[in-house]
Amino acid sequence: MLIIEQKPLDEMYQDALQSFPDECCGFFFGSDIGDERIVTNIMVVNNSKAGDKRKRFEIAPKDYLDAERFADENELKLLGVYHSHPNHPAIPSEHDRVAAQPYFSYVIISVNETGIAEIRSWQMNDNLQFEEEKTENKFINQNK
Amino acid sequence: MATIIIPTPLRKFTNNTARLNIQAGNVKGVVEELTLNFPDLKKHLLDDQGNIRSFVNVFVGDEDIRNLQQENTLIKEETVISIVPAIAGGLA
Repeated sequence: MLIIEQKPLDEMYQDALQSFPDECCGFFFGSDIGDERIVTNIMVVNNSKAGDKRKRFEIAPKDYLDAERFADENELKLLGVYHSHPNHPAIPSEHDRVAAQPYFSYVIISVNETGIAEIRSWQMNDNLQFEEEKTENKFINQNK
Repeated sequence: MATIIIPTPLRKFTNNTARLNIQAGNVKGVVEELTLNFPDLKKHLLDDQGNIRSFVNVFVGDEDIRNLQQENTLIKEETVISIVPAIAGGLA
């Protein structure tokens, strides 16, 4: 179960809305106790993908190292990565799958010109396939 | 011995250890030693040909080994090596 506190959730939505029609991306942090992950902080990251950012995102290695450092310094767990799918459902693509890491939660925010459509989270299983992760705050609408 | 920093998503394969000390002469030796000690790491670090996967970046200090001597990059006692998973994706 992934629980996203209201403040980081609002920050993710704001990033998705402000970046539209491009994809946004970032990291999120918090605690990991048993099967429950609680997201308390996010780190907005520049989408460093060269070319069309409306359909792809990429995070620079330096930003990844900064995220690990932030987690260490604040005694938080780096729990995963969020990104948006502009005008597209919050379902991972093959591009998402091939680069996916074990353990991480992959939060996808579906956003369109009227606002946030849905938010879903996915995790890679032992067969390197995505499985949906239960979340709170699902299907919250937030207009621009 | 050089220090290697394991990224969060791979720590489940290293008994939740974030930093390991490994004795090796170059990056290739470090990766070999690492996968020997923690075999479950192998499929996440290496491709079918035994090369470092394209979605895995290895940094020696602040430098990507692709800008150095790749897997032949030499390692010193005080070297800090970071494994950095490539984070990418998108809807199409």
